[in-house]
Amino acid sequence: MSEFGERVQAAIPALRRYARALTRDAETADDIVQDTLVRALRSEHLFHGGDTRAWLYTILTNLNRNRLRSLARRPVLTPIKDGDAATNGPDSGGRDISRALDELAEDQRSALLLVVLEGLTYREVAEVQGVPIGTVMSRLARARDQIRAYLDGERPALRRVK
Amino acid sequence: MIDRDQIVSEEELSAYSDGELPAERRSAVEAWLATHPDDAAKVAAWRKLGDLVRMRYGTVAEETPPARLDVGRLTRRRHGTMVAAMAAAVIAAFLVGGVAGWTARGVEAAAPSDLATFTSDALDAYRLYVVEVRHPVEVPGDQRPHLVEWLSKRVGSPLRAPELDKMGLKLVGGRLLPGPTGATAFFMYEGPSGERFTLYCGRTSDQESALRYTAGEQNAAYYWVDQNLFYVLSGPAEQSKLHDIAQTAYDQIDQHATLQGG
Repeated sequence: MSEFGERVQAAIPALRRYARALTRDAETADDIVQDTLVRALRSEHLFHGGDTRAWLYTILTNLNRNRLRSLARRPVLTPIKDGDAATNGPDSGGRDISRALDELAEDQRSALLLVVLEGLTYREVAEVQGVPIGTVMSRLARARDQIRAYLDGERPALRRVK
Repeated sequence: MIDRDQIVSEEELSAYSDGELPAERRSAVEAWLATHPDDAAKVAAWRKLGDLVRMRYGTVAEETPPARLDVGRLTRRRHGTMVAAMAAAVIAAFLVGGVAGWTARGVEAAAPSDLATFTSDALDAYRLYVVEVRHPVEVPGDQRPHLVEWLSKRVGSPLRAPELDKMGLKLVGGRLLPGPTGATAFFMYEGPSGERFTLYCGRTSDQESALRYTAGEQNAAYYWVDQNLFYVLSGPAEQSKLHDIAQTAYDQIDQHATLQGG
């Protein structure tokens, strides 16, 4: 395997973690990681040094944004199930944080996850998202405020189907 | 001297909780937090939020990734696809029986890097646009002459949107896309039960070729080169149906080119 290939391979666990939190769905997450890898390997000639990991995060972030754009124009039917807890495991704390992430706008979610989960600096996140650092900071602040409000109980009333 | 009354913004608090604040502002923010319990509670809650996220998702990085995400495998598969494409091309040559001016040189051209890119881009475009409900195309199929004229002009070569009505496929329309060699035409067809097929077409300097097949998990494509244009017909991964459609499109385009005197 080429040196480039090895660096890509080494980033896979972190990419999966980021994608899982970004999509909150294991299968979708791995699909996006696979697309990211295919694109990165295909475009190796476009990569002129720098941080391979940050570049991979950039591809993944863009692919997910594209995915959400195409989903947004499609009606999504979400079944409301009483047995929800059984599929998500008994860890209600985990369910809460993943639902809280659901509430965020995509750019806020990705900024927050890149910082708190992936440990990127603000400057790196700014490069990944292609925006000034100030924008990253306001995205983070808004994301945090919203999640905190959500976890504090200002959550929208859960619909129940009788 | 630290100005205790200097207002600390939300952004600064956020940066402080991430350890991103420049050292010279850190003590000012700490002083602020000591006298503003609400903000101190906020920072504590943010840190807890970080912990929650890491607790929930941190372990994903310790899982063994599925085999399909292995770089060695993905790289091999790209070569594997080409080998399969060459084999398919040889078989197709017997099946199609020289329709496309098959020559020995065509075999060498059966493993071009260009076509692999075209095909992969075409499948990306397929996946991106077939899910569209409201805006699958830029120009609807009922304006076929205008659509074909416009795309021909942009691609820089006379094109044809194959007539697939006999196969139960209606032209939804088309759009212009950027491709590896410039402007690329994209036609979309729809079957009676809503299944969609797309034809991606752009300029290439590659040698003419017969039909070749490549398949992913859910989508597949037949691709070929004719008269300096490459074509990728993509659809659901059901090979026999896709082959019939590709063969029909291929024959019509080939015939069209022949009638035009090449």
